[in-house]
Amino acid sequence: MKAKSEPYVSTTNACKLCKPLGACLAFRGIEGAVPFLHGSQGCATYMRRYIISHFREPVDIASSSLGEKDAVYGGAANLEQGLRNVIAKYGAGLIGVATTCLTETIGDDVPGIVREFRHKKRSLGNLAAMPEIVTVSTPSYSGTHMEGFHAAIKAVVKRLARAKDPVRAVNILPGFVSPGDIRYLQEILRDWEIPGIILPDISETLDGQALADYEKIPPGGTPIKAIRQMGGSTATIEWGRTLFGQHTAGQVLAERCGVPLHRLGTPIGLRETDRFFRVLEELFGSSAPALHAKERGRLLDAYVDAHKYVFHKKAVVYGEEDLVVGLTAFLVEIGVKPVLCASGGQSGRLQEAIIEVTRDILPEPPLVREGMDFYEMGEAVESLAPDLFIGHSKGYHLARRCQAPLIRVGFPIHDRFGGQRILHLGYRGAQNLLDLIVNAVLEKKQQDSPVGYGYL
Amino acid sequence: MVKELGLRRLESLRYRATLKSSKEEAMEPVIFEERQNQVHRKGAQPFEMVCNKESLAGAVSQRACVFCGSRVVLYPIADALHLVHGPIGCAAYTWDIRGALSSGPELHRLSFCTDLQEKDVIFGGEKKLYAALTELIERHGPKAAFVYSTCIVGLIGDDLEAVCRKVSKEHGIPVLPVQSEGFKGNKRAGYNAACQAMFRLVGTGDTAGISPKSVNILGDFNLAGEIWIIREYFRRMGVEVVANITGDGRVDDIRRAHGAALNVVQCSGATMDLALMMEEVYGIPHLRVSYFGVEDMAESLYAIARFFDDPEMMERTRELVREELSLLYPQLQKFQQALFGKKAAIYVGGAFKAFSLVKAFRLLGMQVVLVGSQTGTEEDYQELHDITDEGTIIVDDSNPLELSTFLKEKDVDIFVGGVKERPIAYKLGVGFCDHNHERKEALEGFVGMLNFAQEVYNTVMSPVWQFAPRRAA
Repeated sequence: MKAKSEPYVSTTNACKLCKPLGACLAFRGIEGAVPFLHGSQGCATYMRRYIISHFREPVDIASSSLGEKDAVYGGAANLEQGLRNVIAKYGAGLIGVATTCLTETIGDDVPGIVREFRHKKRSLGNLAAMPEIVTVSTPSYSGTHMEGFHAAIKAVVKRLARAKDPVRAVNILPGFVSPGDIRYLQEILRDWEIPGIILPDISETLDGQALADYEKIPPGGTPIKAIRQMGGSTATIEWGRTLFGQHTAGQVLAERCGVPLHRLGTPIGLRETDRFFRVLEELFGSSAPALHAKERGRLLDAYVDAHKYVFHKKAVVYGEEDLVVGLTAFLVEIGVKPVLCASGGQSGRLQEAIIEVTRDILPEPPLVREGMDFYEMGEAVESLAPDLFIGHSKGYHLARRCQAPLIRVGFPIHDRFGGQRILHLGYRGAQNLLDLIVNAVLEKKQQDSPVGYGYL
Repeated sequence: MVKELGLRRLESLRYRATLKSSKEEAMEPVIFEERQNQVHRKGAQPFEMVCNKESLAGAVSQRACVFCGSRVVLYPIADALHLVHGPIGCAAYTWDIRGALSSGPELHRLSFCTDLQEKDVIFGGEKKLYAALTELIERHGPKAAFVYSTCIVGLIGDDLEAVCRKVSKEHGIPVLPVQSEGFKGNKRAGYNAACQAMFRLVGTGDTAGISPKSVNILGDFNLAGEIWIIREYFRRMGVEVVANITGDGRVDDIRRAHGAALNVVQCSGATMDLALMMEEVYGIPHLRVSYFGVEDMAESLYAIARFFDDPEMMERTRELVREELSLLYPQLQKFQQALFGKKAAIYVGGAFKAFSLVKAFRLLGMQVVLVGSQTGTEEDYQELHDITDEGTIIVDDSNPLELSTFLKEKDVDIFVGGVKERPIAYKLGVGFCDHNHERKEALEGFVGMLNFAQEVYNTVMSPVWQFAPRRAA
């Protein structure tokens, strides 16, 4: 492996995606929203294919479909026509316009074009059918899909949230987690009788039911009305340790509407979930519902039952930075030894966040690498000899080469079924991850053994 | 049995008639005004269709871009380095996506990118490109390198040609720029850019020892090992294959491809431009072929045998077809009986594949009620019009709203398309067959017809549809 000071110039098998994709995912979690990419047609189509392959749901992303002359003369006309068409055929409640490399570089003033568009509509008296239009700048050449995701959420909050009369409710900005995770989070809030606004909410929009008819825009998502109400909530909880210190949607709500912000790690594993539950307790003055306390108890019981199977198994954890931090927090709790925590993202915060979640348990933090691709990871694991890989399906080639099991989590999962339902969060998510990991270890042991053990 | 089948057909016809009267008028509003002339219902008016135009903004076209066109054509060349000069997305979304197999090196399955950053966009990406190319060529020792231009590169004006020339000189391998800036047209323009790049390879290799009865296979991408099926047929006929273009492709084979007597070209235009250039410069004639479905497969082999004007080869070909059919037909019967009268919809990238699919469905006793493509030409649509039944909807550059509406109106049993079409079918309680480049089932050749029938059968006959809300209602 090359020294950190001398990284490769080229990227091979990236462990990250591009910024507009993250924005599309975020917009997808808003009720009545249509994600819209201002750029060439291919961007929208590629991202749709990529997202559909994971969620197995229709994912319509509109495009301004710029051609060569638009690249020269500007894309305003196409953007306006595209907006008109989406309004006419989709009846969107919100259109989330994200830029691409192309339109950022030709210098289209997207907020300006949208303002003008709105103005024209207004002068035509056409305002009734006028959806909210949120714009976000997402050039792929700066940041990953996660930066795009957070930027889109921030843009939505900026556009919609205003100071309101206080209401007993909590805003939760979960970042990019699975539809299964969001449903579980809703369940926690419901059982706790805490009114919550989760932004975005992809629980239905990216894991929908079978329906009698094709829905142009899938039902579900955070209602626009609820987003407007976020300014009156008791507090905001924003997950993601690598976001600490960055200007986020949570901060916009704090600055503009005076909603207190609680920044927490993504609640994966026991301690990070405890921290989340503690904040809810402090905010709303009641303790966790018995159901969830019991779930925590069962998790502890399972930790004990499982500990010997997984103790000091060496794991490589990779993917989005905050997911990696959460998974690492969980892994060290059960005695797994993370030997490499890697991400294609480059927040500059990953190392620190990993230290924060491991220092109670590990005397030395694991090797942490930002901006890593799978080629570099491949070089790194030669000396690390990992027993396990934990991450999305793009690490499969590497895990296969190392003959180590891959525990599939996060996004994308393109080679297995049910990626949208994987539970990562909370006590129940930790239980799920624990089961997956222990069983992967057992299966490997069984497969590698000539004995054919029927008891393990 | 026959009576039962006949009854079923009658029922389905009656059902369609009722649907037609109740639904047809209400349906058209879903089509954008600008797109009315890109949809045709056979029988209604004289055939006329507009196509090959830029996608309508905001219409959620199923099309990709120029880069995509180039990437899919060149991707299967397994011993070349494929470097995407651009931002990470273009490389990430095309990493190992095709089921294009290689019998040897697998360099094509890695995703290389210059991952341009803001400072590169401001100061230019040439230096980074040079450094990346040098690094990767030294690391992997490829036989050639393709450098794909993306939207951003087209805008910042990097001189790809100059960088490629320099690296080529330094490393002694062909380093070929692919002018595939995404916004400069649609997938077709990308096919052309890929052909231009490959054409620079052709004519640079030694053609000694090539048989006069030899071909290049163009427009087959060896999905699920398909080109190996076709090559085996050619071997049995006594035809030598010089170069696979591009499935299981090798740089050195392409360099000597000008030594072949004939180019056999499949797929809608993906490699047609290369065949035309080779015809013009090297005088190599071409034949359009299709390996999908029994009719087209057999006719393709016969056409090649006719070209070589060799009675013995023709006899071997007849024998081959006879043998294959005698194996295939008995096995097809079960599927034909089960699938008779079912309705199919087709929406694929290139129209040429749609022709074969229409015929293949007919062989299964099924009826095609909707057929369309992303990039068909006027002649393509004319042909589709000629070979389909009355009432069939023909559509160019469609979108989810239209497709879902047509699927409902025609009450189809199976939809053939790619990943983006799959959830449209499934949400409507309609079966689906993946006929795109991601498929893992070989659908070419006689054996491919059997696999296709099995695929169609597996989805159409599943018990799950009875529970789908639209069907259960």
